[in-house]
Amino acid sequence: MFKELIERFRQGHRTAPFPPGPEKFSDRYLGLPRLTGAPLAKAAAACPVGALSAADSALDMGRCLFCGACAKADPAAVEFTRDHRLSSGSREGLVLGSGGTFRASGEAPPDLRRLFGRSFRLRQVSAGGCNACEADCNVLGTLAFDLGRFGVQFVASPRHADGLLVTGPVTKNMELALRKTYDATPGPKLVIACGACAVSGGPYAGHAETLGGAAAVVPVDMFIPGCPPHPYTILDGILRLINGDIV
Amino acid sequence: MKLFGPAELAALPADKFFTQLSASLSDGGRAAAYFASPADGGRRLCAALAHDRAGRLELLLSEPLSDGFPSLTPRFPQLHLFEREIFELSGLRPEGHPWLKPVRYPAGGPDPGTGDFFRVHGPEVHEVAVGPVHAGVIEPGHFRFQCHGENVFHLEIALGYQHRGVERALSAGPGARSMHYAETLAGDTTIGHAWAYCGALEALSGCAVPPRAQVLRGVLLELERLANHTGDLGALSGDVAYLPTASFCGRLRGEYLNMTALICGNRFGRNALRPGGVDFDLEPARAAELLRRLEDVFRDTEGAVSLLWDTASVTERFENTGPVSRADAAALGLVGPAARASGVDIDTRRDFPYGPYSRYDPPKPGRGDVYARAYMRWDEIIRSVRLIRGWLASLPAGPLTAPCGAPASDSAAVSLVESWRGQVCHAAFTGPGGGFLGYKVVDPSFHNWQGLALALRGGQISDFPLCNKSFNLSYCGHDL
Ligand code: SF4
Repeated sequence: MFKELIERFRQGHRTAPFPPGPEKFSDRYLGLPRLTGAPLAKAAAACPVGALSAADSALDMGRCLFCGACAKADPAAVEFTRDHRLSSGSREGLVLGSGGTFRASGEAPPDLRRLFGRSFRLRQVSAGGCNACEADCNVLGTLAFDLGRFGVQFVASPRHADGLLVTGPVTKNMELALRKTYDATPGPKLVIACGACAVSGGPYAGHAETLGGAAAVVPVDMFIPGCPPHPYTILDGILRLINGDIV
Repeated sequence: MKLFGPAELAALPADKFFTQLSASLSDGGRAAAYFASPADGGRRLCAALAHDRAGRLELLLSEPLSDGFPSLTPRFPQLHLFEREIFELSGLRPEGHPWLKPVRYPAGGPDPGTGDFFRVHGPEVHEVAVGPVHAGVIEPGHFRFQCHGENVFHLEIALGYQHRGVERALSAGPGARSMHYAETLAGDTTIGHAWAYCGALEALSGCAVPPRAQVLRGVLLELERLANHTGDLGALSGDVAYLPTASFCGRLRGEYLNMTALICGNRFGRNALRPGGVDFDLEPARAAELLRRLEDVFRDTEGAVSLLWDTASVTERFENTGPVSRADAAALGLVGPAARASGVDIDTRRDFPYGPYSRYDPPKPGRGDVYARAYMRWDEIIRSVRLIRGWLASLPAGPLTAPCGAPASDSAAVSLVESWRGQVCHAAFTGPGGGFLGYKVVDPSFHNWQGLALALRGGQISDFPLCNKSFNLSYCGHDL
């Protein structure tokens, strides 16, 4: 018992404040992209997943892997900020035009925010993907992020849940399980698509083995881009959904 | 990372191939990979055999086959899943395979988790089915337990839910997405798989990776090991309801990931490795910051983990739970810390040194229970920290990358990396133009899932979470 207390004393209180300060992100972290307005042809040619469209001068964050290849190919055309707030309530909202400013969005309607604002239980469904998004959801439960302080919790059964957080492109082999889990969740319910795969198919977009994202199977209320999204991006998305524009 | 030129890729007639394969396996060879790849006039079998203690990698190729071939699984159980996979992907039937079921349930066949399961019959025997959607935030898989009361007679694991066609897509490369496929084969093994992929390409193109890049890759790979081992020790602790270590390690795992982000911006090491080298430098100030953080976090890890070994209620639950004997581990071809914990003394970093590894000295083998698998993680944490310290103390100067040209045509490369779960094996075959004819990925989980099933035999069903965490295998790395 004493050993535990000594170690607890030594390691101290580690729960980080929210919203996070910039020191929480590496100086090399790639957050919200910005199009400068310069022609995108060169940057678009470097993109492995077709997230950049030179014709429309647009960057689809829903497809983006945040690999930085575009900014490396043409630093004059694409820049990355360290803003981690990336979520959107609509799929189109993730498409950035040049010059425009992006503002994270996606709050649920007022009646649902009243209902879930202080207590929101999520069932996570992993449906393809690489398990990195799941890892960054899991980390929200650690004492550093302390998800519980916001009244949010991942629960074991859809019967106990107010919504789903889906990761992965939804493989054909997970389609039925996702549908059943959704059906087993009592309404009203909210669905979060977390990570490039769940938003757009991610690196597997176009693979016949997958359905190209959660929205192919269930209605999605919140899209959180990233490959994988930073835990603070996920946290920001979840809280934005149930509390509105908090920060 | 070994290149096999056209001259070394002579195909053996089927009978010679199987004789040679059997001889090598009887002689202590371990199948690092065994698969079918396209060849003129059908499909040929390829076996990459690791003679671990001799440090010798052998590649056997058969002449094209058209229908069946003799199953060697009854004699060499380590081939059981490989042969099932060959059947599923190529249609070549391993005649005499004792349990020829789908591996990943690709479209057009039965639905995942359906079909026959091994069953125990008797008046008091019951079956427990779990998954694909589990209670925690984890990947999908289906588990069937044959139980007598609390006791488990047999566990059968059916996977494939994460099958997203990533190996198939890799085989069409190399292309713009290939590197991203490699990095997402198993997200928690981003560096391990990225390195194996880069290694294969570099071998094929004759690219010599600069020493500085090799060392930086080593730092990233050991950080990946530190993060996962620390996280798993915390999870094991949580599973025996010992919460101090569980909560300490949950945070500490994140700190190791943040060190990876310090180097490359991404917590999993995405975009850090590229064929030819690395994409990020570790300037002196950054290296100093990394070392400072490493020492701090390691000190906290040591404090958190040593509580486990000093707490009787923890050791009592770890000891003698989920034992896998040395003989079983060797027969099944287990790899990584799970194998070492069962007394199988293999480690790619020592047996097939690559990059910055030289004279790596793995921990003493264990006796095969959850305790041994947990303690092995701790032993490896200590060694990873030592490796990183040593590398940072004398970081080689020089370039971060060397040009990696087009792959040689009509060649093959086998790339072995010791990821935190064990050996990652990638095998690439190129055609006349240097494009891939086939690309095979073997995640360590592919070898080890059957080890978990065996660990449960004769145990209690309530020990499943604990045994599962002690292996912590990848579903997506298996399902590809
Ligand atoms: S950062 Fe996004 S848009 Fe840029 S190249 Fe990578 S995936 Fe494409």
